[in-house]
Amino acid sequence: MRMIRVASGQGFWGDDLEAPVRQVEGGPIDYLMLDYLAEVTMSILQKQRARDPGAGYARDFVPLMERIFPACIERGIRVVTNAGGVHPVGCAEALVRVGREAGVGGRARVGLVRGDDLMDRLDHLLDEGHSLSNMETGAPLSEVRERVQSANAYIGAVPIVEALRRGADVVVTGRSTDTALTYAPLLHELGWGPDDFDRIAAGVVAGHINECGAQCTGGNCMIDWWTIPDLATVGFPIVEMFEDGSFVVTKHPGSGGRVTRASVTEQIVYEMGDPRAYITPDVVADFTTIHLEDLGDDRVRVHGVKGARPTPFLKVSIAYAAGWKAVGTLTYTWPDAAAKARAGARILRQRLDRLDLRYGELRTELVGWDSTHGPLVGEPPADLPEVELRIGVRSDDRGSVERFTREIAPLVLTGPPSVTGFAGGRPRVQEIMAYWPALIERKAVEPHLTVEVLEV
Amino acid sequence: MTRIQLVHLAHARSGDKGDTANVGVIAYDAAHYELLREQLTPARVAEHFGPMLQGGVERFELPNLGALNFLLHGALDGGGTMSLMNDAQGKVFSTAMLRMELDVSEEVAELVRGRGRVPEGWAPEADQAP
Repeated sequence: MRMIRVASGQGFWGDDLEAPVRQVEGGPIDYLMLDYLAEVTMSILQKQRARDPGAGYARDFVPLMERIFPACIERGIRVVTNAGGVHPVGCAEALVRVGREAGVGGRARVGLVRGDDLMDRLDHLLDEGHSLSNMETGAPLSEVRERVQSANAYIGAVPIVEALRRGADVVVTGRSTDTALTYAPLLHELGWGPDDFDRIAAGVVAGHINECGAQCTGGNCMIDWWTIPDLATVGFPIVEMFEDGSFVVTKHPGSGGRVTRASVTEQIVYEMGDPRAYITPDVVADFTTIHLEDLGDDRVRVHGVKGARPTPFLKVSIAYAAGWKAVGTLTYTWPDAAAKARAGARILRQRLDRLDLRYGELRTELVGWDSTHGPLVGEPPADLPEVELRIGVRSDDRGSVERFTREIAPLVLTGPPSVTGFAGGRPRVQEIMAYWPALIERKAVEPHLTVEVLEV
Repeated sequence: MTRIQLVHLAHARSGDKGDTANVGVIAYDAAHYELLREQLTPARVAEHFGPMLQGGVERFELPNLGALNFLLHGALDGGGTMSLMNDAQGKVFSTAMLRMELDVSEEVAELVRGRGRVPEGWAPEADQAP
């Protein structure tokens, strides 16, 4: 039975830079998928592009390709990535340039998928009656229209398959779903049709396991974590997909980490909603139908996955400016560290109150005591050796947040004793880009998707 | 009967979707899945987290994987970039969940004693130490 290997090289923008190189060099693979986008990444990229029209894509991707482009072309490894972000054209053009510098000129093609970006058409879409209401609150987008920074439809496998069919060695997209980067090559290679819902759903499960990199091969894995070998050179996942929709999750021999039923299960439940309906542009996958079989030697077999016809909608990721925030920290020490930290926070609040500033929220946490488990941990002991006071504010008034950042340092000399840890300077004011998830009818997006193939 | 912490019976992973944290709880031993299903009801999980949640708790069952998936709504102070929380993306709600206490037989308690925790006296090997 025909089998295709899709390797995962990046699980997010900021992941291990050496991992894709290890995937290319460490053993046989057919495809390398690189996922750079998370919910908040598109808005960060949009902000970068607003400052610099040439920016707006995952910049790590270009120097990475400079390193691995020749090896990929020589070994026939094709790359699929959503590194294009909000500027896939700029990304593809930069890729063509480094391809020539790396010596693959005349031997490589770059596929460019466009049309997920709805920003230029947003008012037209609203006028046509697409409300783009918030999926969580039901509020219409018109409430925040003036503050919208980016709007992208999550797109599926179809344009990626088209680019591969036309001979692209590297496919660059904008907001493709994370999972499509893995299952589009499978559709292309294994002859699955658009109605092969069970097999496409298996591809989605494979994509979900692949999309967070080493999180399924021993990274961030709770089970017996102290026994997991050599995470310094952790092997990223490789999916070996068979024609019938069964697959094996594994990693290169000799790499670090561990692939077991437990490590794969942890990744399957990561960021999961209703497991019976994992909705993608190409299929609705039922994660309750997954069967796992631990084959040993870092191999886990996945089979039995069922899927159903996709919905008439695509999800849209919208980012809008929602005010400002800043977070400051100070370290208080024994004796009575927590009592000192809390007293410091109270003094800061009193000062801010007198200055008549405006905050939507002021939040105090004690790092080292309750910042992650909250009231579940009860009252701190008086002998706690040290604690970090972490205070954050949020406001729609930038000035109020600016002033807050100037009120942390004075606490060192004007507040409770035995305080340190203020070497980093004033906290940074950050603009908040809030996430607005919405749905849109497919017919408003799909006719606008385009595929171009550029010669390197 | 006796009470033990969930950390000895299950491992877990959590993440975010907007202002909702999800926690997947996975039985170490498939034989204990039913015990988890009976005791980790949405009502008990909501009671455990108390004021940490502004919204309700939903639960989904994945018997094939020996796992339960919980959605904790309103857990992340607005979520994403809005949140002022240290754990703004709900990455360690998993471990907060594992603090829950369950009623089990003495036999089960004995069987899982120490499970899920670093063995006593364990330290990184010399070549792993920082």
